[in-house]
Amino acid sequence: MEDKKNIINIEHVTKRFKVGEGEFEALTDINLKFKTGEFAGLVGPSGSGKTTLLNIMGSLDSPTEGKAIVMGKNISDLSHKQAAELRNRHIGFIFQVYNLLPVYTVFENVEFALILQNIGKAVRKKMVMDALEWVGLENMADKKPAKISGGEGQRVAIARAMVKRPEIVLADEPTANLDAKNAHAIMQTMKQLNNELNTTFVFSTHDEKVMGYLERIVHLEDGKVAEDEYVTETKYHI
Amino acid sequence: MKLALQLAYKSLMGSGLRTWLNVGVLSFAYVVIILYNGMIDGWNQQAKRDSIAWEYGKGHLLHADYDPYDPFTLEDGHGVLPKDKSQNLTPVLIRQASIYPQGRMLSVSLKGIATEQSIIKLPTNLLKTSMASIPGIVGERMATSANLKEGDQVLLRWRDKNGTFDAADITIAGIFDTDVPTVDGGQIWIPIEKLWEMTGYMEHATMFIAGNAYQHELQDGWNFRSQEDLLKELNDIIAMKKISGSIMYFLLLAIALLAIFDTQVLSIFRRQKEIGTYISLGMTRWQVVWLFTIEGSMYSILATILGSIYGIPLFVYLAEKGIGMPTASQDMGIAVAERIFPVYGLGLILSTIALVVVSATVVSFMPARKIAKMNPVEALKGKLQ
Repeated sequence: MEDKKNIINIEHVTKRFKVGEGEFEALTDINLKFKTGEFAGLVGPSGSGKTTLLNIMGSLDSPTEGKAIVMGKNISDLSHKQAAELRNRHIGFIFQVYNLLPVYTVFENVEFALILQNIGKAVRKKMVMDALEWVGLENMADKKPAKISGGEGQRVAIARAMVKRPEIVLADEPTANLDAKNAHAIMQTMKQLNNELNTTFVFSTHDEKVMGYLERIVHLEDGKVAEDEYVTETKYHI
Repeated sequence: MKLALQLAYKSLMGSGLRTWLNVGVLSFAYVVIILYNGMIDGWNQQAKRDSIAWEYGKGHLLHADYDPYDPFTLEDGHGVLPKDKSQNLTPVLIRQASIYPQGRMLSVSLKGIATEQSIIKLPTNLLKTSMASIPGIVGERMATSANLKEGDQVLLRWRDKNGTFDAADITIAGIFDTDVPTVDGGQIWIPIEKLWEMTGYMEHATMFIAGNAYQHELQDGWNFRSQEDLLKELNDIIAMKKISGSIMYFLLLAIALLAIFDTQVLSIFRRQKEIGTYISLGMTRWQVVWLFTIEGSMYSILATILGSIYGIPLFVYLAEKGIGMPTASQDMGIAVAERIFPVYGLGLILSTIALVVVSATVVSFMPARKIAKMNPVEALKGKLQ
């Protein structure tokens, strides 16, 4: 029977990549569980395996060994279509460089995931405007990504990730391209959404500003869990 | 599908000049294909119409010994057809002769035809109304080559049935204008009764031209060539022209499609992050392949629209004014009018649209299918794959 409280179960996950004639082991025997509503982060230097682990959780990649069970589904057992369905309905992504679709307006970028779910136009409009309100960009709906700032772009990305009310949001270095002020603003927005919607947030970061908001920090080194600490008192609050 | 079309349209509009260059070239290919085929179809229809009206009628009943491609068979290739068998038939007797305009000698085919016939458009009534001893009508080509004008008299020499040469002056009673060179060049038409008298071959004919009401029955000593048989040569030439023309426009189409292919390859290369984003948002790889394929094939839709904008006025104008043909083409031996009026059938337009849309879709799909094998993680990083 699946453990509903643990929304993500990483069991003995190892990930190897082919490099030339040999192999590189990016993750080694990782065991982690993330509960519903957690605000956690994978922290470590470049090459420690943070993004690799995040991608496996997001069904963009699959483990070489072990099991990654997300929303009760084993990632390795999913077909491409099932994995896409999982990402579309239950997982939101926030990337370092926002990855907004340049030909679409802010509204249309946020709306995109809802169109894939075949949600009706009127319902979509309400959901999108709600999401834009969460991030304070309801007046920018008609603008194209090229016309907005970095901080605004990342907030659009947050809105896009959150609009479908996913159970999980995976954020890969979300503040890497932002100044301190915008970085804090972004993190406060996401913490607020975590509080209000009970969405599980998992970050991949080595930014101290992000770590200051995390309630749980998983330290990765050379593809292994070096430390898994629960923070009793976060450095920054909303 | 709607999402794919919407996204494709937005992506193309966002690309600006690159899009419109590709669309422009493809639309040009469209217009050339339709115009060329329209011209060939127009020529075909005109030529058939003219050939039937001026020469073929419903068919030809040829004497068994007469071969239209062998002038030596003229000597013996003629005979008498019983009157009861010659309903709805116009007799034509053909003999070799010579004329001597301005002291030159020109070999001609002397063709006798019933003056009251109405099966073909030859103005044989001019022969009936002429007061000349031997009236003749010639086509403009013949008149030009022999330097003859209406009313001119020219010496005609022929052989009678005994092989004896005879000569007399023939008067040009009329000059007709026709696009069918096979009733014009090197021919003089005179009343058949006069030719019978001149040659002694009373009631003889080399061939008969059938009218619309003619019903063929097997005749000993005579072979019937139907209208379809007679038009076969023209059909073969038209088919050959279409094939040779298709090489030209397929080359043009290939250039346009190559441009689309290259654009697609570059687009996919440049937009790997975007592809990774689509996958992370919940699209399957094949949905993304479909997206890019639709984007490429949309060039053909835009090309259809652009081609219609400047093509339709051009087509209408040429259909009304016609396309002037060079003088040399009049001497090809087949019916070529001075001006050809293109004909644009619905089948031609629809098949051209289908051809371009399908081929644009195929060349768009070819580079797009690589997306199905892309690693979305690498794509999101924008790494070369």
